[in-house]
Amino acid sequence: MKISDEEILNPGHVACPGCGAALSMRFALKALGRDTILVIPACCWSVIDGPFPYSSAGIPVFHMAFEAAASTAAGVKAGLLAQGNTHTSVVAWAGDGGTFDIGIQALSGTAERNADIIYVCYDNEAYQNTGIQRSSATPYLAWTTTTPVKFPKQEQKKDIVEIMAAHRIPYIATATVAFPEDLTKKFIKAKSIKGTKFIHLLSPCPPGWKSKDQDSIKISRLAVKSRVFPLIEIENGEKYKITVNPKPVAVKDYIRLQGRFRHISDENIEQIQKNVDRNWEKLLKKTEG
Amino acid sequence: MKKLLMGNHTVSWGAMLARAQVIAAYPITPQTQIVEELATLCAEGKAKAQFIKVESEHSALASCIGASAAGARAFTATSSQGLALMHELLHWAAGARLPIVMANVNRAMAPGWNIWTEQTDSLAQRDTGWIQFYCENNQEILDSIIQAYKISETVSLPSMIVLDAFFLSHTTEPVEIPPQELVDKFLPPYKPQYKLDPKEPHAFGGLSSTEYYYELRYKIQKAMERAKEVIEETDEKFNQIFERKYGLIEEIETSDAEVILVTSSTITSTARFVTEQLRKTGKKIGLLKVRVFRPFPSSEIRDALSNCEKVAVIDRNISFGSGGIFASEIKSAIQKMGKQPVIFPFIAGLGGRDITVPQIEEMINYTFENAKPKEEILWRGLKYENI
Repeated sequence: MKISDEEILNPGHVACPGCGAALSMRFALKALGRDTILVIPACCWSVIDGPFPYSSAGIPVFHMAFEAAASTAAGVKAGLLAQGNTHTSVVAWAGDGGTFDIGIQALSGTAERNADIIYVCYDNEAYQNTGIQRSSATPYLAWTTTTPVKFPKQEQKKDIVEIMAAHRIPYIATATVAFPEDLTKKFIKAKSIKGTKFIHLLSPCPPGWKSKDQDSIKISRLAVKSRVFPLIEIENGEKYKITVNPKPVAVKDYIRLQGRFRHISDENIEQIQKNVDRNWEKLLKKTEG
Repeated sequence: MKKLLMGNHTVSWGAMLARAQVIAAYPITPQTQIVEELATLCAEGKAKAQFIKVESEHSALASCIGASAAGARAFTATSSQGLALMHELLHWAAGARLPIVMANVNRAMAPGWNIWTEQTDSLAQRDTGWIQFYCENNQEILDSIIQAYKISETVSLPSMIVLDAFFLSHTTEPVEIPPQELVDKFLPPYKPQYKLDPKEPHAFGGLSSTEYYYELRYKIQKAMERAKEVIEETDEKFNQIFERKYGLIEEIETSDAEVILVTSSTITSTARFVTEQLRKTGKKIGLLKVRVFRPFPSSEIRDALSNCEKVAVIDRNISFGSGGIFASEIKSAIQKMGKQPVIFPFIAGLGGRDITVPQIEEMINYTFENAKPKEEILWRGLKYENI
């Protein structure tokens, strides 16, 4: 597995130090190449790319309203096809708010129509760009500014991957920058498949997760190892595959590096561990077909 | 070739003749037949467009925005609630300077549910940066769609072709269908100055600070001002090829009129009949049809009203807390006149209630008989004051 040496994402972007979303873009573009168009709804990346007249992405970017990433990307693809361009990849690049919450209608519609786009959700598990408010991607018991320590998030994280699987789209994958070869393979594969592809990236956010800037890769790796965020592929909504399956570690190891979980007790962590274990068992059953 | 077409099917044929390359639309009564006919025309290969059958009007316009940004000619159609759902993206389309054309069938806003004609849906979008045409008949719908693409692509602003629910959308009229080659001659393929192109990467619509945003808005206003000339030039070019023209406004016997009636959309047709009849009785009445609402043809309206004493405006719409929207715009436009005519602001026909010949006669007579309106808003055709 060779990751391209070509840097398409330019330096000078304005992501925070340790931003998982910036690194994710860097690797995604290496895999996708320059013949790619990005549609970015309101999210951290609408800032990260840089203010007018600057742009760091190195490929065309269309900034769009919060809830409209998928339908706009589908429109871009249709516009290219109408002009005889069948080769350019169109990528919607949205955060968890724009995917799990406000953008889910357009995403669902686009997936149901199997529009030929790659939809990437870089999931930093809250509305980080507006100052860390809970989204439906925020994990159980996490602190955010709208789920304060005295009343942390009471609900489980929405299972976006299963929602997308229910659309029976040709390709779904999860990835993180801690496993760049796996991420690269998945983007290359997504590019080669016709129809709607959904890639779910776990994207650590040091200011929002109250973690150290230098720990983002470590946290990403622990998310996978603890099985909080398994690395998988789903073909046609039914063929499940675990692509990286390292020796497991305790969920506690993942959680204790993040200040957003500082208030939770060992009992709480036990409970989370049980949820993770149960989800892993369910996943294993699915991989058995 | 003449063809019998309902207003909605006329819209579809207009989009086909204009060679819309991407169509994204969602059904809503009374616009549905636009979507159905386009689906049929695309399925039969008569229209060569990518047709995205979206899950909402918001996605319809989002897809058109994406397609247009990619350099394709994009079309959508909606009505009322659907247009309201698009509101955010109406701003986006204009702000992104994309020459999308849409048809909006004027329908009253809920609640209560009402599918009949009223202009409040589209007039409420007047500040979004869309050029707006209010059509009187099906031929004008077809011609305006073809013209709108040329105008929009010249000034880089989107256009909305507006037609009355049922009175046009479901009314069948003979429509002259121009040969495709003549339409192609009038409207060559869209060649955008900028588009999403990996060979020449640009970012569109990114963070614009206080340093730049203001100028971007200024340029939209300048483009709107320029659109007025472009609409007239385009109309003239259209006339040379197709021998039909519409103008920003149309004046009927205004030069010696003491009272001028101002109308838009299908009310104009009824008003033509009424003014003709009243002229025969010696009443110095004129008629002014406002076809283009944005950019508002203020100077043309001032010229048209320069010799009259009183102006009766019929609004099938309302801005709550203000009044009829055409009347309000006209009041604003005449401020520059030395001797201003008195404006009589009538509201009638909200929610599709008929505006009849006797009602229009009464409005005209009232205007002749009174020095000025007795009320701020002259409501006509109200049945139940205490419902």
